[in-house]
Amino acid sequence: MNKWENNKAWFLVLPVFVIVAFSAIIPLMTVVNYSVQDIFGPGQRFFVGVEWFREVLLDERLHDALFKQLSFSTLVLLIEMPLGIGIGLMMPKKGWTSSACLVILALPLLIPWNVIGTIWIIFTRPDIGLFGAFINATGIPFDHTASGVDAWITLMLMEVWHWTPLVALLAYAGLRAIPEAFYQAAKIDGASSWAIFKYIQLPKLRGVMTIALLLRFMDSFLIYAEPFVLTGGGPGNSTTFLSIYLVKIAVGQFDLGPAAAFSLIYFLIVLLFCWLFYNALQAAGTGDKS
Amino acid sequence: MTIKKRHVLLVFYLFLLFLPIYWMLNMSLRYNADIMSNFQIIPTNITFDNYAKIFGDPSWYSGYINSIIYVTINTVISLLTALPAAYAFSRYHFIGDSQIFFWLLTNRMAPPAVFLLPFFQLYSTFNLIDTHIAVALSHCLFNVPLAVWILEGFMSGVPREIDETAFIDGYSFPRFFIRVFIPLIRAGIGVTAFFCFMFSWVELLLARTLTTTAAKPIAATMTRTVSATGLDWGLLAAAGILTIVPGALVIYFVRNHLAKGFAMGRV
Repeated sequence: MNKWENNKAWFLVLPVFVIVAFSAIIPLMTVVNYSVQDIFGPGQRFFVGVEWFREVLLDERLHDALFKQLSFSTLVLLIEMPLGIGIGLMMPKKGWTSSACLVILALPLLIPWNVIGTIWIIFTRPDIGLFGAFINATGIPFDHTASGVDAWITLMLMEVWHWTPLVALLAYAGLRAIPEAFYQAAKIDGASSWAIFKYIQLPKLRGVMTIALLLRFMDSFLIYAEPFVLTGGGPGNSTTFLSIYLVKIAVGQFDLGPAAAFSLIYFLIVLLFCWLFYNALQAAGTGDKS
Repeated sequence: MTIKKRHVLLVFYLFLLFLPIYWMLNMSLRYNADIMSNFQIIPTNITFDNYAKIFGDPSWYSGYINSIIYVTINTVISLLTALPAAYAFSRYHFIGDSQIFFWLLTNRMAPPAVFLLPFFQLYSTFNLIDTHIAVALSHCLFNVPLAVWILEGFMSGVPREIDETAFIDGYSFPRFFIRVFIPLIRAGIGVTAFFCFMFSWVELLLARTLTTTAAKPIAATMTRTVSATGLDWGLLAAAGILTIVPGALVIYFVRNHLAKGFAMGRV
């Protein structure tokens, strides 16, 4: 659709610009300010240039945390995206069952993030948790507070449990937008359900799935509250993701300079990935932009 | 036959989805000693003590009221500011439009943990610490861009001829927008409100940092269950269950809007 050329439209965007800039630009500038200074206390700060950036980039533990974070996000996305699309395909299209599915699916999304952690502590503890007790009863020892592998499994399960519904809801929304005529045409051509999925549903889902992928990537890459409540980064350092490590530096050790430099780098990493995803997905479907 | 198999799978998935929530509900209805000593899938010795404790103590239930207040303020601000902006993005070309649009989205990508201290300093400067409006404003950082994004999708689905016809008929812009355009995208507004409510309700880090007592959210109050004798599991579970209730009510009331909004296409 061709849009009207009109710079007065800026007046319509202005409220949004002001309200977001208030909460975004001033704090961001503060962080930039911290990142180039060594701060001992009020009035005692020294300009140190890029020293913190150099220190942070050479930090072994940061590389380790980044690697864990990337593995976590990748694994979670690999499970959530196909599963979510599958659930979206299985959902009934009309009637009260469709509403009921929507309500149940949306439930995990509306639970505060630290309560999610609490639910999973209660659910997976070997002594009082249904899941933990069940796994231990089958003979496999399972304790997320003692074993790093178990902590990872618990976090992944929690993340998949928590966020697959979002992907499913978006996939469902995308599927509902496909006109019935497409399916009728496919039926006349005698297309198999796999062909319908591959040539009709999947291409039409690209738009919403871009949104789902971007949202899921951002949130899983920035995950903080749930692992903080569930494992606190432990046992040892096995679930110390980037954000947990960052808060350890910023709040635990009160090293504002390195923490600020670190967070700017963090921000840039997320930005870079989102930009790459966005362009890749746009390029994959040039031609029939819906 | 295939339809049946897919329904069984779906029901099984929904069952798994509900299981952890059921377990918390189970815990919330039992005494602490009972939780630690007996393993029961269906509780036999049911008690409502944990809930009574929460409803009997203002420092507990005021947390819920605070959360609901700032979430409502945030949803209203997000919608009011995002509506005209989304219209501008969906209808007009103007200098810097795509740049501004992407910049808005980048605000969802900043690690919130980092911005806690700057946020605290900023809001102390304006004397806003421990007010509902502070939390509502800070949540606008991620909710307003999301609202613009979603609404823009719905508005782009409305043919532009409707705008043109209305202007030819002599509607002024504000009158057209409120009387004609907004009713057309009602379902989209419902979906947007749902997402704003959701992301503001579940966010804790900023809400906790910007409040001390007067506007403290319920999720932060919950950390108090760690007492000298260890965790009070029953109380913790009851508080957790109560945090789900407002969300569940909201979905229940918007469920038809949600289904309709989703049917309209892009979210």
